[in-house]
Amino acid sequence: MFVFLSPSLSLFSSFFLCLINIKMRILVGVKRVVDYAVKIRVKPDKTGVITEGVQHSMNPFDEIALEEAVKLKEKKLATEVVAFSFGGPKSAEVLRTALAKGADKAIHVTVSDAEAAKAEPLHVAQALQKIVEQEKFDAVFVGKQAIDDDASQTAPLLAGLLDWPQALYASKVEDGGAGSLKVTREIDGGLDTIKVKLPAVLSADLRLNEPRYATLPNIMKAKKKPLKAIAAKELGIDLTPQTSVLEVAEPAQRKAGGFVADVSELIAKLKEKGLVKA
Amino acid sequence: MRSRVIELYKNLYHMGKEYPKGSQWFHERLKIAFWKNKDITDPAKIDELLKRGDFVVKEIEALYKLRKYRAMKQRYYENDEENEKETKNFEDKVQKV
Repeated sequence: MFVFLSPSLSLFSSFFLCLINIKMRILVGVKRVVDYAVKIRVKPDKTGVITEGVQHSMNPFDEIALEEAVKLKEKKLATEVVAFSFGGPKSAEVLRTALAKGADKAIHVTVSDAEAAKAEPLHVAQALQKIVEQEKFDAVFVGKQAIDDDASQTAPLLAGLLDWPQALYASKVEDGGAGSLKVTREIDGGLDTIKVKLPAVLSADLRLNEPRYATLPNIMKAKKKPLKAIAAKELGIDLTPQTSVLEVAEPAQRKAGGFVADVSELIAKLKEKGLVKA
Repeated sequence: MRSRVIELYKNLYHMGKEYPKGSQWFHERLKIAFWKNKDITDPAKIDELLKRGDFVVKEIEALYKLRKYRAMKQRYYENDEENEKETKNFEDKVQKV
């Protein structure tokens, strides 16, 4: 009896300890953006880019953040993964995708399409803050940047608003023990390893993981998962823009090259431009 | 068996919607591929074909992953040796899956 009991007891206690260590509820911010494979076109009046009738999908970096949260849940380090999106009515589509990829619940903070076009990272961070304050979360994961505005501001702004530590540009996330995470960050010229105490804000870099594909059966199952919609106004968020867009323009076109008939012509042209010594 | 075949078809049809060469290109070929084997009744042979179908699903998933990863890398990261090495590691990992 004793022989049986003692190993199982120690096993039990270590399991229990690990549960005490981290039992995270993770909120993951996902943004609906123009699909990465779409050729972006600027509106003729230069006020923005054309989004009508264009394929949209989840921001690729947010997919990575979501995958990391789902992986932590599969490793039993997290108990629940909740997807969050701030945006117009169609943002519900990316939340469904998030649910198909493994999130348990979804929260949609709704604004009109016109408001969504003018929304800034600060508004998104404020919405995230409100949700975190309403329901207790231990970590917020977001992509390092969205591929539409490339702002990279939501995570640091949110960390500031909540007064939580931040781990930005994460390329590896491990259990740091005693209610913390050990995060490896990609920085210029190398890697930076930090330990952040939970609760914390984390932003995902490209090589953190390989996001899974939302399979058809999982998409079907996701339709039954709960998706809650709350109006941004109800949360008391002031959507007044902090910045104004002066003009949106296409990047400068590359000039077409010319053909040369033979090597001597090429050399003559290079000399003309002063690229080779005479 | 019949339901498994239909499930595979639906799965592949769904994946074909975002195929780089266009969903029409993919769906036409998908239909032909299934049509070609419509008269097969041997369960062992059908099982073998289903396994091949599942393999194709995995391949397409890997293709999509790599395509997206490469696009992001090209847009947001400078090309240097370190980066190339990381990319290669990542690609090998995806290919193994």
